Amino acid sequence: MSTGLIGRKVGMTQVFDGAGNVIPVTVVEAGPCWVTQVKTTATDGYEAIQVGFEETRRVAKPQEGQFQKVGVRMLRHLREWRVGDASGYAAGQRLDASIFAAGEMVRVTGISKGKGFQGVVKRHGFAGGPKTHGQSDRERAPGSIGSGTTPGRVLKGLRMAGRMGNEQVTVRGLLVIRADAQRNLLLIKGAVPGPRNGLVTVSKGLANA
Amino acid sequence: MANVIDELNREQLRTDVPQFGPGDTVRVQVKVTEGTRERLQAFEGVCMRYKGGSVLTRFTVRKISSGIGVERTFLLHSPKIDRIEVVRRGKVRRAQLYYLRGLTGKAARIKELRRR
Repeated sequence: MSTGLIGRKVGMTQVFDGAGNVIPVTVVEAGPCWVTQVKTTATDGYEAIQVGFEETRRVAKPQEGQFQKVGVRMLRHLREWRVGDASGYAAGQRLDASIFAAGEMVRVTGISKGKGFQGVVKRHGFAGGPKTHGQSDRERAPGSIGSGTTPGRVLKGLRMAGRMGNEQVTVRGLLVIRADAQRNLLLIKGAVPGPRNGLVTVSKGLANA
Repeated sequence: MANVIDELNREQLRTDVPQFGPGDTVRVQVKVTEGTRERLQAFEGVCMRYKGGSVLTRFTVRKISSGIGVERTFLLHSPKIDRIEVVRRGKVRRAQLYYLRGLTGKAARIKELRRR
């Protein structure tokens, strides 16, 4: 149902639309990608395409053999998309930004920026304590973390301070403003997870089919 | 990588905008859409601020409209602007002319810049 491209986040800027309004956009260098394997119900039990991005000189031996068989250069990153019918794809096929069109909704997956060890206010949006009326050391405190003797322990899964960010995040429903296949660029309205130069995948549609 | 962004920004810059800065009196012809018709509306006043760079360049024009001070900020490279005319070059010693807000009438005048 859904295909997409692997790319790298370039950064953000702004563009004018036809009416002269400013639109904030994230520039993604998306593709070119190559289909490295076509999975069908007959061979793998489900329909999917495996897509590779970014040439490299060294890959693991099994992948080297796979790329040679398919007839593509050695690629650094592989991702898989479930498709309704994989017979429309051929291994070795090239995919570029032209699979997207302006005005299309996409979802973008990336690894968010690591924020380090963060308190409960930043990490979970807690309100913290009162700032005035004789308070000391309570401004960003988490408050009570449980009852007393019963149950006599802290419940599992309670939201506390800890490592934040550096996890996979998917943002759905982002609008493609421009797709430039010549320069392999996608301009996507709004922000996209991850740092500049971070690996992102841009998928067609709002949900995985 | 960053020059991809520079390149995209450069494509959006207008080449038909005049050189001007704070203190200059400018007339900005703004495109106004009324229903299906589009017409031009002039906004003339003193440029009291000119800041930013590349696509983000913006300037603020201040005028007195029926006794009330009106300030409007434009994006220099916006397609909503039809053209900008420089009416008068002013001589000022500030980059931001916020002091104009407290002045009215004769005190709010700006000396004309005379080229030798």
